[in-house]
Amino acid sequence: MVDAETVLSRRKLLKGFAGTLGAVTLPAALAACGGGSKAATGGAGGGGGGGAQSLGTVTFGSNASDAVPKDAYEKVFAAFKAAKHGDVQVNTVDHNTFQEQINSYLQGKPDDVFTWFAGNRMQFFAQRGLATDISELWSKVGDNYSDALKAASTGADGQKQFFVPFYYYPWALFYRKSVFADKGYEIPQTLDELKTLAAQMKQDGLTPIGFADKDGWPAFGTFDILNLRINGYEFHMQLMNGQASWQDPKVAKVFDEFRGLLEHSQEGALGRTWQEAAQGVAQKKTGMYLLGMFVGQQFEGEAHDDLDFFNFPEVDSNVGADTLDAPIDGFMLSKSPKNETGAKALLEYLASGAAQNTYLQSDPNNIATAKDADTSGYNALQKKAVELIGKASNISQFMDRDTRPDFASTVMIPSIQAFIKNPKDVAGLTKQIEAQKKTIFAS
Amino acid sequence: MSALATSEKPAARAPVRVRPRARRGNRRVHAFLIVVSLVWLFPVLYSLYTSLRPYSDTAEHGYVSLAHSLSFENYKNAWTQADLPHYYLNSALVTIPAIVFTLLLASFVAFGISRYSWKLNLPLLMLFTAGNLLPQQVIITPLYRLFLEIPLPAFMSESGTLYDSFWGIIAIHVAFQLGFCVFVMSNYMKTIPQELSEAAMVDGASAWRQYWQIIMPLCRTPLAALATLEFTWIYNDFFWALVLMQSGDKRPITSALAGLQGQFFTNNNLIAAASLVAALPTLIVYFVLQRQFIGGLTLGSTKG
Amino acid sequence: MTAVRDSLAAPARERRKRPSRLTRTDKLVLVLMCGIPTILLIAFVWFPALASIGLSFTTWDGIGGLGTIKWVGFQNYHQIFTIYPSFGPALRHNVIWLAFLAAVPTTFGIFLAVLLDRQIRFTRVYQSTLYLPVMLSLALVGFIAQLFFSQDQGLVNGLVGRSGEAPDILGDPRLNLWAVLIAASWRHVGYIMVLYLAGLKSVDPSLRDAAAIDGASEWQTFRRVIFPVMKPINIIVVVVTVIESLRGSFDIVYVINGGKNGLELLNVLVYDNIVGEASRIGYGSALGTILLVISLGFIISFLVISFRREQRP
Repeated sequence: MVDAETVLSRRKLLKGFAGTLGAVTLPAALAACGGGSKAATGGAGGGGGGGAQSLGTVTFGSNASDAVPKDAYEKVFAAFKAAKHGDVQVNTVDHNTFQEQINSYLQGKPDDVFTWFAGNRMQFFAQRGLATDISELWSKVGDNYSDALKAASTGADGQKQFFVPFYYYPWALFYRKSVFADKGYEIPQTLDELKTLAAQMKQDGLTPIGFADKDGWPAFGTFDILNLRINGYEFHMQLMNGQASWQDPKVAKVFDEFRGLLEHSQEGALGRTWQEAAQGVAQKKTGMYLLGMFVGQQFEGEAHDDLDFFNFPEVDSNVGADTLDAPIDGFMLSKSPKNETGAKALLEYLASGAAQNTYLQSDPNNIATAKDADTSGYNALQKKAVELIGKASNISQFMDRDTRPDFASTVMIPSIQAFIKNPKDVAGLTKQIEAQKKTIFAS
Repeated sequence: MSALATSEKPAARAPVRVRPRARRGNRRVHAFLIVVSLVWLFPVLYSLYTSLRPYSDTAEHGYVSLAHSLSFENYKNAWTQADLPHYYLNSALVTIPAIVFTLLLASFVAFGISRYSWKLNLPLLMLFTAGNLLPQQVIITPLYRLFLEIPLPAFMSESGTLYDSFWGIIAIHVAFQLGFCVFVMSNYMKTIPQELSEAAMVDGASAWRQYWQIIMPLCRTPLAALATLEFTWIYNDFFWALVLMQSGDKRPITSALAGLQGQFFTNNNLIAAASLVAALPTLIVYFVLQRQFIGGLTLGSTKG
Repeated sequence: MTAVRDSLAAPARERRKRPSRLTRTDKLVLVLMCGIPTILLIAFVWFPALASIGLSFTTWDGIGGLGTIKWVGFQNYHQIFTIYPSFGPALRHNVIWLAFLAAVPTTFGIFLAVLLDRQIRFTRVYQSTLYLPVMLSLALVGFIAQLFFSQDQGLVNGLVGRSGEAPDILGDPRLNLWAVLIAASWRHVGYIMVLYLAGLKSVDPSLRDAAAIDGASEWQTFRRVIFPVMKPINIIVVVVTVIESLRGSFDIVYVINGGKNGLELLNVLVYDNIVGEASRIGYGSALGTILLVISLGFIISFLVISFRREQRP
């Protein structure tokens, strides 16, 4: 029963097989040549002759998916290649996705070095053996960092270091100088003054305080700063590491003040990303915005020059206003890096002022952590940031880094979003948070 | 989804339908269908429109406005900045082998259970069919662990295991899609007359020869229809690659687009362009193979 | 000499018993042909499914080896049902998703299929147009939904905003689910339409003619004659709707806002707890098992009904 149809179909199947063979070899070919088009920087220019021993290729897992930081890292790695003759192969993943998948990433086949954050979030993974102890490296570069930074890089046992700080940045209220000058606004020194200013802005047709919480984490900044201002650093840290109860009336006070601020804040926050809210300030539609200094990435040209910030004002004069969130971004060494020597050399390089300065040239929305960084080239904002952080008696890392990551992502994100939707029921909310906290911190 | 099963059983059709048609009624129906079709096309057309407008145009006039200029600038940017050709390749590397293996293995099973009567036929069929109906999120953790444990030689996977490798994604696609294809193929194969197999057996043909030379050539139609469907489903998959592929640049295009959104979020024009470019292969397959595909679905009514 | 079956019209079916002349090689070949895919299926689908159920009774952070798994009985389930604020909304949204999909796009799809089943011209064109969204991935549908519904740049707000306050559709938990459902329906209609159309085409025309002769109107014909005979297709349509609502919803929702704030769904909760930074394996597996149980209800009914049909002599 062989007819034209059957012959045709057999040919089709055979073709399919040929295709398969091709497909079998193709992924193999790709796998063999080292992952195809992973960006291997520093190829073209640098690294001339020189008898310096090559450090080989170090793989680098990065969450710097936005254009500005991504570009800045490329420049740093080019400089590394020129100085130390090591290649860095960068594996960039979308910022939020990188964090979400960190668990499977670290247990799978992580890159040698990866970007991460200081705080509990770092200790969490160090404790579970997913990062390599780099205390030895710290004995070499430790002098280049302040004690506070060393403490932030140390594991939960207080002995070993697992983290290399790169840059940090303050959270503050950002605004455009020209808008304030135009309308004759003054920097508020207390919370009441802030509220008055907000009311004034509203009358002038501006949105007083920008607000965006679609991603769930930006609103943590507001909670953190209010908690620091109302209850002080000690209580804030106790709340973060699960020792204090969320049903403590101190916490209720924070939520009450938060509610007060919400009245002056941009509506519809749950549908807006921080980038969009920042655009509002850049376009002179919003008066002020509480965010990290990375907000500057959204400002270009003359708008960036016009950007300024002030410290969140004090609420209680007994507590003052000398603590703030200043998250530290940096790197860790994964559990079993393929190129340990090269990776450690890279980390050592990144711990130097030179590397940090190279980065900051392209992304001046942060400040360096290394002592030997050259701050003379800092712009006005950076200098102000150095001053602000320098004066701080304590800095916290931001809620999603100061507390357990599972608590922050599965409990706090939905809870704060629920609060924004319904700011009146604080008792019910804190009860739920506390109940969930107990089960999570117990495991 | 399994309409193929029932519709491919040839129906013994005798008289041709003769029904009087009211012209006016038809016109109304047409009018209604035209309106519905336009409404249905609108989202895609709007995306196309947005993608052809330069970012400066929409930044100045807003998105709901007549374009002052149109250009392919967004497409050019999507192609280069978002590195789309690379992701196309990734998708191809996953989709094409997955389709081939799925159809091959499914036809094996379908052949076994439809041409021979074993006690295990029905339970096996049920096992396969049910397997395709599970939500993906239910099996992800043990699957992820399993992938980490199964080693692969270095030439097949950079990571040394099934995790974060093309073969891993291909494997899970095959396993997951087998059920549906087995269901359809076995239903179709059951309609092939037993006499063919018997004649072959009398001629001394082995089971394999029966499969390869007799049954499979007759399955051209369901194979084509399934290939089209599977191509669409596997190409459009979002979840597996999101979770089982950790390297950003190895991900197929659909999962990679999520990362794109983070990178270019305010530039809706660019995202629209990239989305349409990503959808292009499925659309091409659809327009080219549509006749075969819909014909396959309606096969039952013409084969006799 | 025909050994053909048509399950919709019901002619008698012949099945002759085949002489068993399988050689040993044949048997081996057949065992391999069926065995290898079965092993693949069990290893990558069924084993993980069962393991998930098992893990739902444990606490594990997924990081330590298998030795760090702790048995906790029903504790995870207890927590989910009592203190997990996102669970209630997620369950509710899943039910709404299912109900909406069944009520609106499914019926509309069936309606369109009936309309297109007539021999009118351009039927292919209409079918192509309506089926087009099905070719797009759900993630893409999510992007397109954002083009329409985004607060600052969406089309809807652009049109409405001219007359009043622009609502925050995607950010308002009362509205966003419906916006997403509209997007999902846009896709679902075509899917159901094509399935139903295929089924309609194999309905024995003599049934319709008989009804026409009896003087039945279109609607009566459909309701009394065609619909009952389409039982297998009806079942398939139900199952597809259920599966799409339980499985396909993840992609759209994840792309729009990661499944928070009004777009919580069970499958996203599983993802958050397992794949997200949280890594609460036991807890997430319990959520997954709940999802599985809901799906299984429908899966089993489908299997029972469709395979009972197969066994009818």
